[in-house]
Amino acid sequence: MVFRLQIWPDLFFPSPITVAETLINGFQDGSFTLALAVSFRRLLIGFTLAVFGGTLLGILTASFTWADETIGSLILSLQSVPSIVWLPLALLWFKMGEAAIIFVVTIGGTWSMALSVASGIKNVPVILVRAARTMGASGLPLFTEVIIPASVPHLITGMRLAWAFSWRALMAGELIGTGKGLGQMLMWGRDFGNMSLVLAIMILIAVIGSVTDNLIFKRLEITVLRRWGQLPDSAS
Amino acid sequence: MLEIIQVGKTFTKNQKDLEVLFNINLRVPEGEFISLLGPSGCGKSTLLNMVAGLDKPSSGTITISGKHVTGPGTDRVVVFQEAALFPWLTVLDNVCFGLKRLGLSKTETKQKASMTLKKVHLSKFLQAYPHELSGGMRQRVAIARALVMDPQILLMDEPFGALDEQTRLMLQKELEDIYLETKKTILFVTHNIREAVLLSDRIIVLGTRPGRIIKDLRVRAARPRQHNDSNLIYLENKIMDILQVEIEKVAKEELDDDYTLTKDSFPWDPDRDLGSGI
Ligand SMILES: Nc1ncnc2c1ncn2[C@@H]1O[C@H](COP(=O)(O)OP(=O)(O)O)[C@@H](O)[C@H]1O
Ligand SMILES: [Mg+2]
Repeated sequence: MVFRLQIWPDLFFPSPITVAETLINGFQDGSFTLALAVSFRRLLIGFTLAVFGGTLLGILTASFTWADETIGSLILSLQSVPSIVWLPLALLWFKMGEAAIIFVVTIGGTWSMALSVASGIKNVPVILVRAARTMGASGLPLFTEVIIPASVPHLITGMRLAWAFSWRALMAGELIGTGKGLGQMLMWGRDFGNMSLVLAIMILIAVIGSVTDNLIFKRLEITVLRRWGQLPDSAS
Repeated sequence: MLEIIQVGKTFTKNQKDLEVLFNINLRVPEGEFISLLGPSGCGKSTLLNMVAGLDKPSSGTITISGKHVTGPGTDRVVVFQEAALFPWLTVLDNVCFGLKRLGLSKTETKQKASMTLKKVHLSKFLQAYPHELSGGMRQRVAIARALVMDPQILLMDEPFGALDEQTRLMLQKELEDIYLETKKTILFVTHNIREAVLLSDRIIVLGTRPGRIIKDLRVRAARPRQHNDSNLIYLENKIMDILQVEIEKVAKEELDDDYTLTKDSFPWDPDRDLGSGI
């Protein structure tokens, strides 16, 4: 539609065909694949760190009132800070572009993971804990065998959120930072006035974001919720 | 022998004291099937939880074979109204949950668990997950999970309260069979008069505000019990008369002071439930 109106020259709004060609070429010459590999490496490292760090923070804040009152409220306020804001600080701390971007990605996912884990632990059905205690479970086994598995639905939700936030943080970080990621490629496209490249990468980013969310996390969430009895069984 | 001596329980909520149980004295010999019967809110669950060691009495003591109850223990396992199964474990693993803490070998644990599940007719569902089972089946798993621990006392808190009539009748029958076979002490909480009469050797009728024992009745009828046993029907009516006074008291407090119930208009459902409280 917009294209047909011919309001802007091709330079600003390339035809869908050009964009499709750019996409195909990008994969054929391997430049997109390479950029994807670079970005995913950062994403996976940052996401993994966010999941572990967030889980630890979540457990801590859910287990101790003092931690909840201090760290817990800090996390709440930090969550409203876009994680890209951390990049200047990260660049100062790490000097290196790569570590700084991974740091921003980690920060992006950590807070929502922590909050989900904490609310998961706090919302474990009391009756399950009581049942477990009458069957001789207490202390650490009670925690690892009942409380943690009982909070798995929240954990999955936390991971889904963490992935989405990490992904956004990664793109923001790559636009500003250095390296050969998808975000950086987008910036080159801008620098060289190659709008079809810019659009092709934007499409790639959108597709990857929704595909991972729908194919991995949503499915995982539905499977877990069903087994945990929080979703009605599909006709069976 | 379970001994409950001068036990009282007061909850403090929003800086207000709520006396839930007052001066409860009860001795339950080994092998007795005893029911706690009373209107909902009278403190039945609270009393059962204190025996389980999940709650602490505000006053008095509870002992089992002379030993003070200070916390939960595998000699007293609870079957709750909402089966309270672990949704992430299979039926078999749910039953193994407590068992594997007792130091048995893995094969022994599995064997014992499957045998107990056979007893409650769930052999075909060992690998099923709780969400795939009906309410009645879940409750069977919960019973198997408790039985397999071979507890000294089986504590049951309205275990059939959430089931449909058909399933409830079936499980009541099966529970009696299990009782006759294992001769375990069973402390059974219910607000259903017929259920208490049908299953128990002895019924403790509790009054409300604060919860206290108002009657200690023995059920003299041959086992297995028959629904049309005239002794049971007689007892059922007798308990209804006792409780009518209690329920009227509650109704008067909750509704207008001049609220009265005539016997004919008494709101029993056919099952003689004391309301559907939890
Ligand atoms: N943890 C608690 N804190 C405050 N009040 C409670 C608590 N548990 C139970 N109660 C109150 O104690 C009373 C008895 O409860 P419960 O033992 O569950 O009764 P029942 O099982 O006979 O229906 C109720 O009024 C209930 O609101
Ligand atoms: Mg109750």
